[in-house]
Amino acid sequence: MATPTMDRVEAGSAASDHLLTVTFRIRRFNPEVSDESTWQDFQIDIDPKERVLDGLHKIKWELDGSLTFRRSCAHGVCGSDAMRINGKNRLACKTLIKDIVALDKTGAAAKPITIEAIKGLTVLKDLVVDMEPFFQAYRDVMPFLVTTGNEPTRERYQSAEDRERFDDTTKCILCAACTSSCPVFWNDGQYFGPAAIVNAHRFIFDSRDEAGEQRLEILNDRDGVWRCRTTFNCTDACPRGIEVTKAIQEVKRALITRRF
Amino acid sequence: MKIHKYDTVIVGAGGAGMRAAIEATKRSRTAVLTKLYPTRSHTGAAQGGMAAALANVEDDNWEWHTFDTIKGGDYLVDQDAAEILAKEAIDAVLDLEKMGLPFNRTPEGNIDQRRFGGHSRNHGEAPVRRSCYAADRTGHMILQTLYQNCVKEGVEFFNEFYVLDQIMVEVDGVKKSAGVVAYELATGEIHVFQAKAVIYASGGTGKFFKVTSNAHTLTGDGQAACYRRGLPLEDMEFFQFHPTGIWRMGILLTEGARGEGGILRNKDGERFMEKYAPVMKDLASRDVVSRSIYTEIREGRGCGPAGDHVYLDLTHLPPEQLDAKLPDITEFARTYLGIEPYTDPIPIQPTAHYAMGGIPTNVMGEVLADNTTVVPGLYAAGEVACVSVHGANRLGTNSLLDINVFGRRSGIAAAEYAAKNDFVELPEDPETFVLAQVERLLNSTGKERVAALRTELQECMDANVMVFRTEQTIKTAVERISELRERYQHVAIQDKGKRFNTDLLEAVELGNLLDLAEVMAVSALARKESRGGHYREDFPNRDDVNFMRHTMAYREVGDDGIESIRLDYKPVVQTRYQPMERKY
Repeated sequence: MATPTMDRVEAGSAASDHLLTVTFRIRRFNPEVSDESTWQDFQIDIDPKERVLDGLHKIKWELDGSLTFRRSCAHGVCGSDAMRINGKNRLACKTLIKDIVALDKTGAAAKPITIEAIKGLTVLKDLVVDMEPFFQAYRDVMPFLVTTGNEPTRERYQSAEDRERFDDTTKCILCAACTSSCPVFWNDGQYFGPAAIVNAHRFIFDSRDEAGEQRLEILNDRDGVWRCRTTFNCTDACPRGIEVTKAIQEVKRALITRRF
Repeated sequence: MKIHKYDTVIVGAGGAGMRAAIEATKRSRTAVLTKLYPTRSHTGAAQGGMAAALANVEDDNWEWHTFDTIKGGDYLVDQDAAEILAKEAIDAVLDLEKMGLPFNRTPEGNIDQRRFGGHSRNHGEAPVRRSCYAADRTGHMILQTLYQNCVKEGVEFFNEFYVLDQIMVEVDGVKKSAGVVAYELATGEIHVFQAKAVIYASGGTGKFFKVTSNAHTLTGDGQAACYRRGLPLEDMEFFQFHPTGIWRMGILLTEGARGEGGILRNKDGERFMEKYAPVMKDLASRDVVSRSIYTEIREGRGCGPAGDHVYLDLTHLPPEQLDAKLPDITEFARTYLGIEPYTDPIPIQPTAHYAMGGIPTNVMGEVLADNTTVVPGLYAAGEVACVSVHGANRLGTNSLLDINVFGRRSGIAAAEYAAKNDFVELPEDPETFVLAQVERLLNSTGKERVAALRTELQECMDANVMVFRTEQTIKTAVERISELRERYQHVAIQDKGKRFNTDLLEAVELGNLLDLAEVMAVSALARKESRGGHYREDFPNRDDVNFMRHTMAYREVGDDGIESIRLDYKPVVQTRYQPMERKY
């Protein structure tokens, strides 16, 4: 007897008796074809417990191979597939159809699910954007531990409390959901954006680090932390549940008090 | 076509690639080619920890770790390599801490450690706390920390460059590496990278299974590129099935959950691992636990209407402990299953997880052309490689260790080689193979679809060469894969463009998966014994007389152009440990 397998049940992520007919309304853009973007509808039958990413794959694999998006891990840890789903920044692999589809009284999907590229970064094709400005802002905040003096032979000590101090901001997966949800970033591409500040925070508040002052000076810049208007879009968008706005506020406070 | 020249080229930017890059960049002009952005690599999905006998919380030493690794690998481990792994583990963890990795801490402020499967005190007496961890996102922290340090060191990355061919050149009768050929996703342009040294660190090949913890992008590109150029693949029949994947989805739930006290239960609520592994129980090695789970399922004690899964029970653990130590996996259960792990057990099943086999290397990361001959200028590290430190079954937390120890070693070795050696002259038109491959796929008018073939391959692999195998099931797989390879010749794609043509690259990746699936099945058919992750129901015992040896699979092309796989064998390096019966 072979290993028990999934063959007896329908493909997909979770068990379900019924498939839902859903329209994915996707903003397509391919400069090889046209300079203009267009909305295109795809109708698919999908288990509502499946992910939006599963729906995108169904379209790409069965209907239109030219549909282009990034993805890798498919469970919310690699940060490849941030996109604007029904007007909100989310990871396609961490968003279940059932959680975003509006149903009518008969239980059918009432409205299409709209999907477009994240905003504020240049769209290169369909849902793929140019991530380079995003990563440049990240690199600009010195996102690495800086220490001076001789290294200890064993590990540096850090109390559990000191470790906890920056735990929240270590969770960042650099998906750009926060930065590309920020109205300030949309209007001014020079702003470092929430993700870069989160990663600066992760080191500023690490008791082992010795370059907090330098990072604060970088963020004290015209395009730095003071541009934040505290709209909380970033916190809402973060798929890792990081309290992004709070982290930004803590950096602002550290700039004023010079204590961190 | 563009030609680039670097001393060292690294293929892949996961843990092994970036650990190598940090060393190589300090010593040579280095480029990292990666098909994803660096922080997207699947190292980031690793959860539970990295093994090292720091002895921060209880008595431990590297000799015990060496023994556990060898026993865990069912004695197919090369013992000299395992000893290096366990010895260098301690510095590997300390190096990461100094690079900034935020490990969980003990009350004294040291790196905290937790229990993990197969890791024991004094040669199997009881579980030991050896895994250094950062909640259940240790891989994420390693990936981020290594990327941070690559930024610090100014490592040069070529993001979204797919390496599709390995350039081999024969010089005075010796086959040497001359560089690689890559396809740039953004533009469709082909790039030739001439390099004195090339390091493959491109990860695993789990996507030939359907239920897998692996990312969509784990398609064995590095293994396939080398194999096509006549280099062997070692021990490909050994694939690890992680016991606790989310039912039907395969998403990984760390062994650390059992390290923290989680228990596997069947439909009667019974803690069934007590029957199969009286000492280590739920923390026996992964191959043992996965077989035990399927034995329960096959004997009718599986859970759910179809009886096709068992439960991972965390409900007896305090919610604070789950929040502090296992925040991600508990969230996965909530997100994907709608289950609250505080109060309800999580349905799980074994999930295809890790390739023990791969490109054969020695302990310096140098790739082998046969049992003993080194390929000058070619290196491999991480899951793509087979050193072999994992033998027939890898212990949990030894892969995050492997990428750091052998990533570092290969980075240093490659850069030192580059310092002492000249470029190998490129052949005329080095891009020929890739150009032809890309043109063929773009112009094909065949009727076969990539996604359909891939699904058939995955279902075939799950059904025939998973946890339990027999001559019959493996033969079925060999035949089916051969048919699929034939049909692959008629595969066509819809996107004919140059820009971000992921349709094209999925087709290329499928070709790689098919090649490697065939090697796996053919290697498994010939191994008429059960050892570690390779379990043959028709040969249920380990056979040290005939099979205490590594499989070496070579691609051969006859004069008639027909491809075949030739199997050879390589002795296992044994130093101080004699094979014993494996009990947990």
